[in-house]
Amino acid sequence: MSTSIVDSKSRWVSVPAVHVILVVAALYSLLPLVWLVTSATKSLGDFSTTGAFEFGEWNLWTNVKTLFTQENGIFWHWLLNSVLYAGGGAVLGALICAACGYAIAKTSFPGRRVLFGLTLTGVLVPTTVLALPMYLLASELRVVDTFWAVFIPLLTNPFGVYLAKVYADASVPDEVLEAARVDGAGQLRTFFTVALPMMRPGVVTVLLFQFIGIWNNFFLPLVLLTDPKLFPVSLGLFQWSTRQTQFPQYTPLVITGSLLAVLPLVVAFLVLNRQWRKGLAAGSVK
Amino acid sequence: MSVLAPERTTPREAPRNVPVTARARKKDFAGAVLAVPFAILLLCTVLVPVAYALYLSLFTERLQGLGFSGPENVFVWLGNYLSVIVDSAFHASLGNVALFALIHIPSMLIGSLVLALLLDSGVVRLKQMWSLAVFVPYAVPVVIGGLIWAYLYSPTIGPIKGLFGIDALSDGAILPSIANIATWQWVGYNMIIFYTALQAVPREIVEAARADGAGGFRTAWSIKIPVIRPTIFVAAVFTVIGSLQVFTEPMVLKGFTGTVTSTWSPSMYVYEAAFVAGDNGRAAAASVLLAVICALLSAVVMRFSTRRS
Repeated sequence: MSTSIVDSKSRWVSVPAVHVILVVAALYSLLPLVWLVTSATKSLGDFSTTGAFEFGEWNLWTNVKTLFTQENGIFWHWLLNSVLYAGGGAVLGALICAACGYAIAKTSFPGRRVLFGLTLTGVLVPTTVLALPMYLLASELRVVDTFWAVFIPLLTNPFGVYLAKVYADASVPDEVLEAARVDGAGQLRTFFTVALPMMRPGVVTVLLFQFIGIWNNFFLPLVLLTDPKLFPVSLGLFQWSTRQTQFPQYTPLVITGSLLAVLPLVVAFLVLNRQWRKGLAAGSVK
Repeated sequence: MSVLAPERTTPREAPRNVPVTARARKKDFAGAVLAVPFAILLLCTVLVPVAYALYLSLFTERLQGLGFSGPENVFVWLGNYLSVIVDSAFHASLGNVALFALIHIPSMLIGSLVLALLLDSGVVRLKQMWSLAVFVPYAVPVVIGGLIWAYLYSPTIGPIKGLFGIDALSDGAILPSIANIATWQWVGYNMIIFYTALQAVPREIVEAARADGAGGFRTAWSIKIPVIRPTIFVAAVFTVIGSLQVFTEPMVLKGFTGTVTSTWSPSMYVYEAAFVAGDNGRAAAASVLLAVICALLSAVVMRFSTRRS
């Protein structure tokens, strides 16, 4: 690169080249999802007769109807389970993380350093290590194949506690807590009425992360559940997909089901876009 | 971990009319109450299972005598570890994830870094739109991302074979195919992380470099990248750990092609040992080994990062 370009907007390469790279990246990211949309509208036969990214005969409603009536409407159960696991788990989990992160950052109970140290270690423990002992413990307690066997382990979010501690440090000034105390508010009340509202953007971020984390988790439900009625949607679709080599009629079901499982998430993402960026920023730059 | 914020000591001044000890004790109690739910969860769902895994890894089930009394747990010292270490299936799984990581980590990190630098270069219009487009795959659950790509790869259904003439599910192509799924999912996420870090690069330094005649490329290479190096290393650590534990993507592709064996990755090896072969001791030993390898590798990456910066 020559030294002659000294204008304030000096460039990498040419502006068109930069945009070409961005277009390629965007296509790479979005085309698989476009394929998902067009494919969900096709019947099994149309996969071989139509192009991958063009619409065939409009078969979406038939696919959706078959999807929701297959195995006595088990897909409804899967969607509902995913919402319960991920929605309930994220709300409750984020609250637990916020309380613990606040306690570590702003109070001085004995053992908080140990707890924080163990929390950071917990971030690094792979699920692979936890799955087998968790399964054996759950069978010991006779809770294998129950809602709680999956729900409770997924509440544990050490990274969320770390984030909540960072947010509490950054957004709750000691003077405010001091003022609340002088006004006669107890510690618990101070947390819920003063600190928690101040930490809200951070807590919402923890909630979003945990929602995605639980929605994504595959290993634990795979190990802990055998009753299809308790499956989250991704495990259910995975199970159907393992049958597709023998029974090709599952292919449109898996594809349409995938589309319906992805759609709410993508929409939520686009809507909560700003929130995500802020959260990622706070979590990574600190 | 370098992401940690420094511990801040919070000055607390006691009002004069309240005895310090009584007040402090009350405060401690409330803090403990807030921390207890998570502490219990951590204990029950992480610490106890880890301890149990360590315990399990030292025992094996054997039939005693004629086997009428059922299997018994026998203490075998490090026997399970030894049988995992000499198991060629475990070697193969480690080899697979090593190659997977060699393809996935550079392509993903370089891809997201280049995109972040482009977005930060000041010549891009509609930044929001581009970053959102690349970020969207992160919203797709891993299983579903795996299924979408599995169909795209499938020679009978998907377009990849027709477009590129490659059977992406064949023996020679399966590794890059699996790496591609992970890269597709994570490029946008890390791009946002890097882009956010780039916002914190002091503008004066960038302006000064430009005034000295550095072009955009030179500025990115000699100023921006060094400043955000800690962020890049943290992302690298998380990616290394994630790569070693890769499970979902190969597990999904296994349903589409025989090329992916049931012990393709170490996590699949553990799953197979525990839930197919029913050999808890071997599964626990393999999972502990995997955790140790993860910890060592992330320590190495972090050490490397502190030495360089």
